[in-house]
Amino acid sequence: MTAPAQELGHGRTEGPAPAVRLDAVSKVYGRGATSLLALDQVSLSAAQGEFVCLLGASGCGKSTMLNLVAGLDRPSAGTIETGGKQIAMMFQEPALFPWLTVTGNIELALRALDRKKRKERAAELLDVVHLGGFAKKRPHELSGGMRQRVSLARALAQEADVLLMDEPFGALDAMTRDLLHDELERIWRERNLAILFVTHNVREAVRLGDRVVLLSSRPGTVIEDYTVDLERPRRTESAEVAKLAGEITVRLKEEVSRHGR
Amino acid sequence: MAVETRDQIAGLDALETQVKAKRNIPAAIWGRVWPMALAIAIVLIIWEAVVLAGFWPEYVFAGPATALGELGTRLGEGEFWHAVATTMRRAVSGFLLAIVVGVVVGAAVSRIKLLRAAFGSLITGLQTMPSIAWFPLAILLFGLTENAITFVVVLGAAPSIANGLITGVDYTPPILLRAGHVLGLRRLSLYRHLILPASLPSFLAGLKQGWAFAWRSLMAGEILVIIANQPSLGEQLHFARELADSARLLATMIVILLIGIVVDVLFGAADNALRRRWGLDQRIG
Repeated sequence: MTAPAQELGHGRTEGPAPAVRLDAVSKVYGRGATSLLALDQVSLSAAQGEFVCLLGASGCGKSTMLNLVAGLDRPSAGTIETGGKQIAMMFQEPALFPWLTVTGNIELALRALDRKKRKERAAELLDVVHLGGFAKKRPHELSGGMRQRVSLARALAQEADVLLMDEPFGALDAMTRDLLHDELERIWRERNLAILFVTHNVREAVRLGDRVVLLSSRPGTVIEDYTVDLERPRRTESAEVAKLAGEITVRLKEEVSRHGR
Repeated sequence: MAVETRDQIAGLDALETQVKAKRNIPAAIWGRVWPMALAIAIVLIIWEAVVLAGFWPEYVFAGPATALGELGTRLGEGEFWHAVATTMRRAVSGFLLAIVVGVVVGAAVSRIKLLRAAFGSLITGLQTMPSIAWFPLAILLFGLTENAITFVVVLGAAPSIANGLITGVDYTPPILLRAGHVLGLRRLSLYRHLILPASLPSFLAGLKQGWAFAWRSLMAGEILVIIANQPSLGEQLHFARELADSARLLATMIVILLIGIVVDVLFGAADNALRRRWGLDQRIG
């Protein structure tokens, strides 16, 4: 059912060029004696249409990795190739602009279009995340889950090929999170996105990912690359998901306890 | 699946966005008016009590009835309205000029690191400088003219306005900056779509403080710089003192206070509207 892929490149990337490819990427913060190695020679790739979950305990540099891919930060060594693909990113917070309405926030990502097209496109995207009736609301009038869906719609508005998600559902209640998993899976399928999804929730990673990449902490390196061959749609509470999540959790605990010694 | 995902989502959304209870508007107004009325009543009582205590003769310190009576008479006089108009014209034009100066300086200082290092603390220092200390210099430079007054009003208000803008730019939430970067906002579009709107609340606070400084500077200026045949509120204060007309003096002071309160209420309304729009007004419970 599962096979930890020893090759970091993963089998599926042999065909077309990967959508994202990190090659021996390192990131050092600070200088001299107080410097901190956040990422150490991380190599990883994701194909177009592939859902990759990055899993690790605190200090594994998962968020750093996404920031590097998004261009919010520069790697200290190594290369990141995205082949000129459009990249969108979602954060744990919705990061919506409070002075704009829901539509206004989405239209911000559609600045290249003319006014009329922009309005149409924003309305379409709101329908995709089932928020058609909330276009004129302001972010603070929505619940946390709804704001995160607006944030998703804004990311989709960028017509991205690659979607980076930094614990996007971490702050939501379990029921909302389950529903958003279903929604994200549907949207990912429809748009053939490459998704890099950072989480510390093992079940969430198994529920969503084609692959679950396990990272060590301080410095962050790839220690395991699981292929999840479970049939979709999966349920977070299903026995199969629980079984694989259990396996991965054992490995994760080993890694974490290494730091206590 | 028993229930469609879409329906579950719609259900949760409906539950999580309950409409607020409608406010009872007359009750809300009454709730705000009566404490103010009470405060005014208390002030009038204390005022009357001090007058009745007889520390000063009536022509030095008039009672509320005399002063308010004088105010009533003055409201019917052309000269009074002329004075209010002159003062307000000076206040508004000085304040507008201060906004221009404050925005230009604030934008430059917040944007350019060297300017920040050089002038950042100087601007804050200027804020603490009592504006009346500028008048001797202003009078030397411009003579007893309206320019001297404008000079001091601008110097009083512009640092607060510049500081409001600088603070707003500095405190643009980092998460929004990151989101803006991912959305492709750079340079001019970054300012237009993100940094300027994000700094609005702080800028508004700077404007409010700037106005208070402008108003104080203006009153100091009008008392010191008296221009012939140009009645203004400050000038009226000055002559009321010279003529020992305490009712007239107190009546003018009440007008100055009222104008200050009205403008403050306007700024407060703008601030409240902004908070409501941004969802910063949500109280606990």
